Amino acid sequence: MNTADQYLKAIYLVQRMEDGPAATGALADMLDVSPASVNEMVGKLQDRGLVDHEKYKGATLTDDGIVRAEDALQTYCIIERFLANVLEVEDYRGEASALEAVIDDTVAERLDTIIDRREECPDCFDAEADQCCYLEVAAGESAD
Amino acid sequence: MSLGQRVATDHQLARLLQIGAVLEEVVESRAYHHLDSFEDEEGVDEDVRDLLEHAAEESAEHRSRLEALIEDLDAETVPYEEINKLVEAQYAQTKPEDFDGLLYDQLCNEETAYKFYDDLVEAIEASESEFSIDRELVLDTLRQIREEEAEGVEEVTEVMERRA
Repeated sequence: MNTADQYLKAIYLVQRMEDGPAATGALADMLDVSPASVNEMVGKLQDRGLVDHEKYKGATLTDDGIVRAEDALQTYCIIERFLANVLEVEDYRGEASALEAVIDDTVAERLDTIIDRREECPDCFDAEADQCCYLEVAAGESAD
Repeated sequence: MSLGQRVATDHQLARLLQIGAVLEEVVESRAYHHLDSFEDEEGVDEDVRDLLEHAAEESAEHRSRLEALIEDLDAETVPYEEINKLVEAQYAQTKPEDFDGLLYDQLCNEETAYKFYDDLVEAIEASESEFSIDRELVLDTLRQIREEEAEGVEEVTEVMERRA
């Protein structure tokens, strides 16, 4: 997943949690980057028609931005589900965040052929919990 | 969430190699499922059969090379039987409808694997970290596998063109 998609996904999740525009500070916290980096990328996304940005309020995804963000969130969901249910990784959220930049969408699509994901994905993603609300984690030995 | 595209630790490297091994297991298992699906059919293109058999054998070989690295990193691989069960469970929903679909599925497998190894090689090259195993050995292994995946893409494309 490229950096732009990671930003779009973060804006999507913050918007859901805040029920309004995604503030720069909240995005910086979620992405663990500086507010200046957020402003720079949001500006680029705005130029590409994926985000509307209002000063002092924050970023809001356009319709095109929502489509891209939902795709990115699906990819993230696949990675998280794969780590939790196939590799049985305990810290699947932390590791999914660390790995999402290295895992391409096409790779995630292949991994998707062995996991059980609902049709309504990513609507069932719980932004606060940072995971799909239907994700069940089996107790077992990790592949570590 | 990290915005870096580097592989910095043994743990992260092992995890990515585990993902690679699972991808190989998926290719192997799907290839055998495809072969089983037309076991009783007549008029099966021998090129397609050979291609799938070769893909399955090559994936098994890639997997064993990855497993050796994973083991040296003190991690484990998910056993093939477990992945095979997962493929089995989802196969009915994701299997191709005809030979062309099957070839396309195979092409996606090879392209995906190529992309995965390409990204992984790039991510390791971008990192200056040292791992507990020989970094050059890891890179050599991954570059070799990547090369074989590129050849795989060509082989599938040739069969597709012959059938067109």
